[in-house]
Amino acid sequence: MSAPPAEALRAESIVKRFGSITALNGVSLTLAPGEMLGILGDNGAGKSTLIKIITGYHQQTAGKLFVRGQEVALRSVDHARELGIECVYQDLALINSLSIYHNMFLNREPLLRGPFRLLNHREMRRRAREALDDIGVDIRSVDEEVARLSGGQRQAVAVARAVYSNAKILLLDEPLAAMGAREAGLIIDLIERLRKRGDISLIMIAHNYAQVLEICDRVMMMQHGEVTFTGRAKETPVPELLDIVRREYRLRREREAAGNS
Amino acid sequence: MAAHSSSGTIAAKRLGSGNLVHAFLLWREAGIIIVAVVLGLYFWIVNANFISNDNLQTLSQFIAAWVIIGCGEIMLLICGEIDLSVGNLYAMAPFLMNFAYQAGLPLPLAIVAALMVCAAIGFVNGFISVRLEVPSFVTTLGMLFILNGLTLTISRGFPVTTPGSPIFAAVMGAWGYSEILWALAVVLLMHIVLRHTRWGLHTIALGGNTVGASEAGINVDRLRIGNFMLTSVLGGFTGIIEAFRIGSTDPLAGGTTVMFLAVASGVIGGTSLAGGSGTILGGFVGALVLGILQDGFTLQGINAFTFDMIIGGAILVAMISNVRLAKLRGAGGRK
Repeated sequence: MSAPPAEALRAESIVKRFGSITALNGVSLTLAPGEMLGILGDNGAGKSTLIKIITGYHQQTAGKLFVRGQEVALRSVDHARELGIECVYQDLALINSLSIYHNMFLNREPLLRGPFRLLNHREMRRRAREALDDIGVDIRSVDEEVARLSGGQRQAVAVARAVYSNAKILLLDEPLAAMGAREAGLIIDLIERLRKRGDISLIMIAHNYAQVLEICDRVMMMQHGEVTFTGRAKETPVPELLDIVRREYRLRREREAAGNS
Repeated sequence: MAAHSSSGTIAAKRLGSGNLVHAFLLWREAGIIIVAVVLGLYFWIVNANFISNDNLQTLSQFIAAWVIIGCGEIMLLICGEIDLSVGNLYAMAPFLMNFAYQAGLPLPLAIVAALMVCAAIGFVNGFISVRLEVPSFVTTLGMLFILNGLTLTISRGFPVTTPGSPIFAAVMGAWGYSEILWALAVVLLMHIVLRHTRWGLHTIALGGNTVGASEAGINVDRLRIGNFMLTSVLGGFTGIIEAFRIGSTDPLAGGTTVMFLAVASGVIGGTSLAGGSGTILGGFVGALVLGILQDGFTLQGINAFTFDMIIGGAILVAMISNVRLAKLRGAGGRK
């Protein structure tokens, strides 16, 4: 049809209020096709709220969202999914007592033909195996219970599920949190492979500055519901980011002191 | 294809190098099946009458009720819920059927009408537990008393004779083995529902991780309420087939005893009270174990007081070994 849009996702002045609390106060971002954006920020900076608006979980109070150049009003998680927006949440939304392949197809299970709507286990096993091989995740058997996997393997299964469900924009909420160096390496490899495919744009939320600067194309800093920095990851030194955080804290403390006196 | 064969050889290697005993122990229902077989053999050896036609009939009638109600309770336990009131619905359902029949409905339709009322009561249980967020233990405890009072009121405390032609009654429960055939049909159906339908898979999912299941887009409230309704319908159905077997209905039938034995069957069979996992086949074998114990000791002339102590001990022993086996399974996979 038309030429591919220059942007996968754009948010314009997103505001989100929960009652009297302003979680997001005019946040804007753009994401190019195939690009990876890292979002840094402390707890309570509004990162998760932003993610939940992009995935249709929350609806913004004000501001606009554009997906591939088209303005959209996301009604629900399912609606966002139809547009190719998938999220791997921090809790991974995996079911421990179910097998890998059941988890991969949770709520999207292929069914056998016939009037009884029975699950097609064989199809799920085959396609789960294919999807994991496809993105290079090494797992012994797709029949294994998720409870028995390591943290990195679990994360990989959750990512594979999102990718397999045809994600065009993939959001990763703290994919490296609480992970040892080896496990984190596994996930970083996986993310690198996804990026090489070039057909997926990624947004990653994280705490660790060095990791984000290493993996992402661009980085964005959020504080108190606002964007306080954006730049190319390669050109952003960690000390500069730390400086921004420190300056912000100093400002806040001064403001609080002024408010108290 | 290549991926397929490679995973196949890995599985084969694991079976070869590991051992069959270990594989069997990893199978969830293994422990309880061994217990059932050993108990069956024991009572057969000490008393040949154990496998007589009369005794097997009695045994099958014991367990049918626990099995059918157990299927519902297992689904609820997997959700992390329980229904304490189902035994009282078991008592009320035959009266509902009787009223509908006396009001002029043909008997099969009267049964359907009674089961619809049961479903409605299940919906109330589910609605209060899920939407109003009252723990189901408390919700259904309240419902237990309401249903008991209601049954005594509508029956005025008197038993009634079960209506219907002898053939219809025989199909429903009067023939020696018809109850156990109903029970087996329900087990088969519910096993398929649990393992081979989205309903069952999503029930396990929501019991294991409610937030995760809803993030995947599963309507967890609908499923939980649905399983309350299922349990109530199965409870009512059990009460009705018991009414056909006995030929009359006592307003004091059922109650907590049948409910607790159904829950015990499920739990002994390997369903976790914590939710997230469970097995219908295990529940069936669990009921079989309880039935064999009760029947076997009765044949040996052990009195009812002693029997209760034995059942209590059996439940504890079964639970301890279940927990141990679950630990073994958990450790077996992590290498």
